[in-house]
Amino acid sequence: MEKNNKFTEFVANAVPYGTLSQGAQFPELTVPAGKIHEAAEALKNYEEQPFDYLVSLTAVDHLEKITMVYHLESTLTHTLIVLKADLEERDNAKIDTVSDLWITAEFHEREVFDLFGIHFNNHPDMRRLFLEDDYGFPLRKDFKDDVNIIEYSN
Amino acid sequence: MSEETIKKIILKEDEDYIINMGPQHPSTHGVLRLEVCLNGERVKYMIPHIGYIHRGMEKMAEFNTYKQVIHLTDRMDYLSAHINNEAVCLAVENALEVEVPERVKYIRAILDELSRIASHNLWWSAFGMDLGALTTFFYGMRDREKVLAIFEESFGSRLLHSFNTPGGLMHDVHPNFRKHTMEFVKYFRKKLPDYKNLLTDNVIFHNRTKGIGVMDKETAINYGVTGPSGRGSGFSCDIRKVAPYGIYEKVVFREILYREGDSFARYKVRMDEMEESLNILEQLVSDMPEEGGFTAKMKPVIKLPEGEYFQRVEAARGEFAVFIVSKGEKYPYRIKFRSPNFSNLFVLSKLAVGGIIADLVATCGSLDLVIPDIDR
Repeated sequence: MEKNNKFTEFVANAVPYGTLSQGAQFPELTVPAGKIHEAAEALKNYEEQPFDYLVSLTAVDHLEKITMVYHLESTLTHTLIVLKADLEERDNAKIDTVSDLWITAEFHEREVFDLFGIHFNNHPDMRRLFLEDDYGFPLRKDFKDDVNIIEYSN
Repeated sequence: MSEETIKKIILKEDEDYIINMGPQHPSTHGVLRLEVCLNGERVKYMIPHIGYIHRGMEKMAEFNTYKQVIHLTDRMDYLSAHINNEAVCLAVENALEVEVPERVKYIRAILDELSRIASHNLWWSAFGMDLGALTTFFYGMRDREKVLAIFEESFGSRLLHSFNTPGGLMHDVHPNFRKHTMEFVKYFRKKLPDYKNLLTDNVIFHNRTKGIGVMDKETAINYGVTGPSGRGSGFSCDIRKVAPYGIYEKVVFREILYREGDSFARYKVRMDEMEESLNILEQLVSDMPEEGGFTAKMKPVIKLPEGEYFQRVEAARGEFAVFIVSKGEKYPYRIKFRSPNFSNLFVLSKLAVGGIIADLVATCGSLDLVIPDIDR
């Protein structure tokens, strides 16, 4: 962590509501869901190493909560950090879009909307990407497919 | 009739003229539908529609063991199947802290580079054909066959060999693997000048690609365009350099970067990358140890410790990453595949605007899309 002292300082100043921890591979920054856009904007405009490249955007369904996971890279220093936000609500899952910061997020968010049913506020084109409109949200853990029944067999 | 009425009723100038390219269109190389709105021959806007071969791989992976998941990754970008396999293997090996034998790292890297050459070669063939140069297809296929013959000799299959497994390789390579790889390097070096004479120096080809589909560096980064397409715009994104894995730290090679950002720059990146891959192959084949086995000792049932694992590799079309969430089971709790083509596709709707429809084909070809990798 010593190497990242400057970054720790930056996070303490710019994202005071976030908690920074050292994950197994990369630093992880967890923020409240309502503050995701603010935190993302701060990271993108970080002068030392702007995190201008969104590598991957996805969600993980932990049943008690859904976690949004953003992998960000700075093209200047090639450091990677993980940004996380927990969604408490399942039925009405909502989070702000970051597609105005990274355009690639627009399509990753459509994919997450399609497969997880998370609605992104202020998204320019919130349509499903792969599946039919009346299909469920297959990557949720409580998804039941009546046609193709697959179940754990261990 | 007034001029306005003629424009409105007869020429229908106030209406959008929409054409669907695809789902079955030769230049989309798969089931991709591009909804193109035209004004005359100029593109007003373009919307890509995907999902025709969405197989729900991320969901399927949740019901498969880690060894089985590897076979799914083949079917995404089938032209860099080996590299996709490696991403999952590396993620599992890192999670279990398994040290694979040095020899395995060499063989994997050799196969990576052979796949890259085969993939770029097929792209070169098809790109020429998209633009009306049919001969490139025969040249490219002839030389790609040599690579596939090396694959077939060692693994029994030519395209989706699923040869990687957590800890190493399925079995040892053929005794002639080294010799034949070296022969191929020599053979392909001699053929590359033909490629240059046929297409790279062709004036018609220059007219079709230079200044077409210009993408600047900021756009590339913002859209997450990686691989040769991103490097044609000066975006330094070669994972072999920025986050080295396997044996790549020890190999001497340069990252190919062009600044122009047009279709021709993307073309040049791939052509130079093929040469660079030959250099890498030469180093690897001469340094590869003869002894050392082909796999580390692994448990028959692989269970990853609870946690999150992220592994990036440089596939033939850009950054392929796998994100595994494990809860300590033998199945992954969640897998996300970050596929390069998914990000690369959507920049097309920006590049197409304002150009003519023939240029859309050139731009689409220069991005080198593989559709199953987009849909997953």
